[in-house]
Amino acid sequence: MSDSLQVASEKAAEVPDTSGTRAATLADHIFRNPVLGPLSALVLAIVAFSILTENFASVDNFSLILQQSVVVGTLALGQTLIVLTGGIDLANGAIMVLGTLVVAKLAAGSTGAQVPALFAGLLVCAALGLVSGLIVSKLGLPPFIVTLGLLTILQAASRLYTKETVLVDDGPLTVLSKGGYLFGQFQVTTGVVVVLISVAVLHYALTRTAWGRHVYAVGNNDLAAKRTGINVNRVLLSVYVLAGVFYALAALQAFGRSPATSPNAFPTANLDTITAVVIGGTSLFGGRGTVVGTYIGALIVLVLQSGLTQAGIDPLFQNIVTGVLVIAAVALDTVTRRKAR
Amino acid sequence: MRATTRRSRTIALAAVLLAVPTALAGCSATKTGDTGASGDSGGTLKIGLVTKTDSNPYFVSMRDAATKEAKAEGAELIAKAGTADGDNDSQVTAVENLIASGVKAILITPNDSKAIVPTLKAAQAKGIFVAALDTQTEGNQGVDATWATDNTKAGEEQGAYVKAALGSTAPVLAMLDLQPGVSVGDQRHDGFLTGIGLTDDSPEIAGKQDTSGDQAKGQTAMENLLQKNDAINAVYTINEPAAIGAYTALKNAGKDTTTVLGSIDGGCTGVTAVKDGKIAATVMQFPSKMAVEGVKAAVAFAKDGTKPTVPASGYIDTGVQLITDKPLGGLDAKDTTWGLQNCWGTAS
Repeated sequence: MSDSLQVASEKAAEVPDTSGTRAATLADHIFRNPVLGPLSALVLAIVAFSILTENFASVDNFSLILQQSVVVGTLALGQTLIVLTGGIDLANGAIMVLGTLVVAKLAAGSTGAQVPALFAGLLVCAALGLVSGLIVSKLGLPPFIVTLGLLTILQAASRLYTKETVLVDDGPLTVLSKGGYLFGQFQVTTGVVVVLISVAVLHYALTRTAWGRHVYAVGNNDLAAKRTGINVNRVLLSVYVLAGVFYALAALQAFGRSPATSPNAFPTANLDTITAVVIGGTSLFGGRGTVVGTYIGALIVLVLQSGLTQAGIDPLFQNIVTGVLVIAAVALDTVTRRKAR
Repeated sequence: MRATTRRSRTIALAAVLLAVPTALAGCSATKTGDTGASGDSGGTLKIGLVTKTDSNPYFVSMRDAATKEAKAEGAELIAKAGTADGDNDSQVTAVENLIASGVKAILITPNDSKAIVPTLKAAQAKGIFVAALDTQTEGNQGVDATWATDNTKAGEEQGAYVKAALGSTAPVLAMLDLQPGVSVGDQRHDGFLTGIGLTDDSPEIAGKQDTSGDQAKGQTAMENLLQKNDAINAVYTINEPAAIGAYTALKNAGKDTTTVLGSIDGGCTGVTAVKDGKIAATVMQFPSKMAVEGVKAAVAFAKDGTKPTVPASGYIDTGVQLITDKPLGGLDAKDTTWGLQNCWGTAS
């Protein structure tokens, strides 16, 4: 990488350093540490529910919330990558569901078919990521439209593929997310380990590699990124394919969590992941955000669900609180952006 | 190099432009009954069917039964569906298109019991026979007849079974509901409470959660309710996907054998879950029967203008049937062998 490119892409990835010229404001802090907001919200919610309800603060409950976070958490990692480039993926749930259907159908009735079925599912999800990536990058169509179209196509394709039936597989595939490691009373399932490792690896790739800097650069300003010599199309393609791989991983986790799958499963997965991404502090305008924040965002929604259930509060309040959080998170993003620049 | 890129870009764009209308056609394509007739010949009796969506297996079995019955009666069935559960507008468009295509009868499963009424009245005004299937219109307006499940009774049967299964043990009840304000969900919920002998304020209710009838949401809801109260020994579920989700949560918590899990719907997957011991009992509905009787009435009307007699309740009850392999306490039940032969079928 040439020096000028190095500098340019670093500029695109990092935020402007204003601390030397004027006093660092709260907005600067939040702007520089996007995880700060969601993390405080998570801690606050956990503390509040621990005080307010009898059973929330139990080892069992915390390990359960982690298990509940696995599928949406893994899906949301792919969503974060796409949002970071300034896009959005409405088809992620549909891609995952088709992945589960392919695996279930191919693995059914034959023990030897399990491993090939897994690879087939992975391949299908990655290929669908490639398709949307190609249309977005090569044709320059808006990701919103491309993935909306893909969503509609995939929902119909899933129904045609399964002829409307529900596929059940109680077989060895469930091992992929069950199984457990006990730390005292704290049960950590394979699925939880998978999602945590995924978050760590992706965080490293985004913050410590040239590829990661390019992702942020494309999201900040794709024209500027192109002028500095970044192959924007290749970055976009890599992001969509990688997202597809995470959707496949989520598909396998969905299997382990509940060994039955149907074309109607996870109807709101796309919106759930966008919620996690936004609450996690990633900007919908692209170029700013973290996968750690996204995972915390997913946890916040689940902590609210669990806590409000245990407080015996009307289930609809869960939706109201979640909606308020989404708007608050976007407001925070907009305000800090404006102040820090 | 540049020229090649441009050419491949043009080809790709052309491919997409070609693919889009094909895909759209695939989405909105009308499924017609195969009558062998050319379609617009004046002699063929045309019947329209509008279901809530075309994505729910329940409505798919309804559509298949209607298509088959229409063929047997020498009629042609034009099947349409709303785009989403609860969406009235797409059903209005569907009904208008059916009127335009010259149908003699329209069978509809209303997404919105109230908003669809003016459209149905307009159809009636043109001399078209209109019947509601599965869901009543508000005040039974705009329809000549309705075939539906008595959802309150379905809930009562689930409640009575759970009560019988608990025996002398006091219930600690978890309720996995649909979502507030949807009549089917409210009727089943209230019916269940009547059947088990509780009210909404009873202290025996450990908690209630909404599931939208979705399996993954059912599982998360059940997990959270078990965290709230691990003494739960009875579970009401709005439908079988929610029940299967709840079973997974109960099994993970080691409570699947000590908890009575009831459900409603009677889909083949649900009956299989009863057979496998995951759900204690389910209450079957008969969508195919609704469709068959609706088509029969439509054909009868087309022949000589007779309309079916509607009972005082406002609808013709297509019945419910408790399905379990462990019949209890004098409740009329069929086993899962019968259930698998009749899932969402025409029997009753």
